[in-house]
This record gives sequence, structure tokens and C-alpha cells, in this order.
Amino acid sequence: MKLNRSILSAFLFGTVVFLASCQDQKKLPILGPREAATIKNADGSTTVDTVYKTIPAFSFLNQDSTLINNDTFKDKIYIADFFFTSCTTICPTMHRSMKTIFDKYKDNPGVMFLSHTIDFKYDHPSVLKKYAQKLGVDGSKWQFAYGSKDSIYKIAEKDYLVAVIEDSTAKEGYVHQGWLILIDKQKRIRGAYDGTNPEQVAQLTKDIPVLLAEDKK
Amino acid sequence: MRKLILSTLFLVIIAMMVYSCQSSEQLKQDIYYANGRDLYIKHCQNCHGSKGEGLNELAPPLTDTVFLKENKQKIACFIKNGASGPITVNGKKYDGKMPDFATLANIDIAQIVVYITNTYGNKQGTYSPEQIAEDLKNCK
Repeated sequence: MKLNRSILSAFLFGTVVFLASCQDQKKLPILGPREAATIKNADGSTTVDTVYKTIPAFSFLNQDSTLINNDTFKDKIYIADFFFTSCTTICPTMHRSMKTIFDKYKDNPGVMFLSHTIDFKYDHPSVLKKYAQKLGVDGSKWQFAYGSKDSIYKIAEKDYLVAVIEDSTAKEGYVHQGWLILIDKQKRIRGAYDGTNPEQVAQLTKDIPVLLAEDKK
Repeated sequence: MRKLILSTLFLVIIAMMVYSCQSSEQLKQDIYYANGRDLYIKHCQNCHGSKGEGLNELAPPLTDTVFLKENKQKIACFIKNGASGPITVNGKKYDGKMPDFATLANIDIAQIVVYITNTYGNKQGTYSPEQIAEDLKNCK
């Protein structure tokens, strides 16, 4: 009787462990607006599918004055943000956080970084180059993008969903949010983390492997 | 036995009283230090780091004891008026720009100076708003 009971409890325990391990792996949410679209299949039938918000095609100059576009980030996940080099408030903290992550994924070609400058007057590619060198991240893994005010401000607000404003009443001339935006290989937004908040940055550090694992399946 | 216990207890209490009796100068420095830390977190930490480690080549660290000692009279000017041009800290050259914090009062600056010269391995004692006022007169 006693033996029976212990066998039974061992069996139960085993079942619980087995079921728990069967759960789907954690997935990151897909953020941003979405809509239902009718998709035509190859055989002519139609199905309704969800179309998620994606980052549209873009083309900017990087710190080496070469053009970068969507293909630069093809089959990569990347972390995007908006900053300017003379910003002394939140940007140093954001980039300190990003640098920590950058150092962690130094040898992983699947992870990239993209910082857009919102100071279209002063932050020309040569200034960005100097900044990158001083930050110690000079190379193609971390791209610094320079573009016209319209193009940068539009992609910030409409696509990455980060508020940026040129504000002459602000001490440094610009006001912007400190989000670090995690973009997947399909150019969808998978996370937004406050780069000045250590807890959220820690969450981002945890979420990157989850997103990388997702693509492996 | 009873006597022994009582006398030890008595001695311990006296020792604690003496120990807790800090000089008013020390107390003032501690207050400055605590306030200075709050101001540091608010105004300085984003560039100079939570441990005064700086930010690569963008912002110099605050851990160079010799630099702080030799330039203690200039720190007030750096904070109040900003700084630019090359400086050498810990044997490394920094050529960036530090913004001004013109709205800070002399006492705020004194508290920040006390904080950064008594933390990150430094122990350089107290500093007063009067000294800050004097330092600011000599800014270049």
C-alpha cells in the first residue's frame, strides 16, 4: 500500500513536470496598430489575415556618409532610438544602456543598432562619426543615421512611435523620448523600453534572446 | 560577577555615546555629502555615471584623485559655466563639451564638490559656499 502510494505520487509529479515543460515558449508581443486584410492564396482562394505595423522602407546617410536602408538590417533584429550628439540629458544614459547590450552581442551578427539623430542642423555624418568613435562603437554593427528633418521626424512618430520635437524653448533645442525600440526580422515592433530606466533595460536584455530564439524555429 | 557585567555595560554605553558624538563640522560635511549625492544624480550622473566612471571618451571619469585635488578650485567654474577643450584625466585625453549649470546656487555647487571629492575613492574633506564664491571670481 505504502509502495503504491509513493509510485502514484511520483507518477503525478512526473505528469505535472511533463505538462509544464510542454508549454509554448514565451513570445514577445507584436506592438503597434494592426488591421485585417484579405489575402489571395496561390490557389485563388482568399483568407483574412492580420497585417501588423512594420517599419517602411527608408534611406539615410550613416556616420561614414554611405547610404543605409532596410537592406542594411535584412535578416537582423535591431534596436532603434532617437538622440542627438549634443544632448546631455537622457541620451548619455540611453547610450550607456545600449552600449552594455552592444558589448554583450558584439560577436552576434544577428543583432544590430540604429540611432537616428534629430539634430538635422548640426549632427552631420562627420559629427556622428566622431561621436561613435568616442562612444567606442565605431563599426557597421551600430549605425548612426542622418536624414532630413521631415524624414527622420516622420519615421520617428509614424513608424517607431517615438515623440520627437524641435523646441526652441528647450535648453538644447530638442525634446524627445528615450525609448529603445526592438525590431524583429519582419520589421515589426516587438518591444519598447525606456532607455533611462535600468529595470526596463534589463527587460530588453532578457527579451533579445527570446526574439532571437523565435526566428530559429 | 554582577559588578563585572554592570561595569562592562557602563563602559560600552559610554563608548557608544562618544562614538555617536560627531563634530559639527563632520555633521555638516555629511549633510553636504547627502545633498550633493541627490544633486549629482539629478544633474551629473547621466554623463559621468553612477559610479563616477564617465562614459567612454565622451565624458571623463571622476575617479582621478590627483586631478580633483589639483583642480579643486576649478570644479565650481566647470559646473557653473560649462567646460570645453582638451583635458587629461587618468592619463587619457578628453576633448568634449560639458554644458553649463548656470542655475545652480553656490551652496548646490559646494554640495556637489563635497560629494565628488569624497566618494569614488576620494576623501578630500569639506567645502563651503564661500569658497565656491571665491572660486567663481577666478573663472577664466
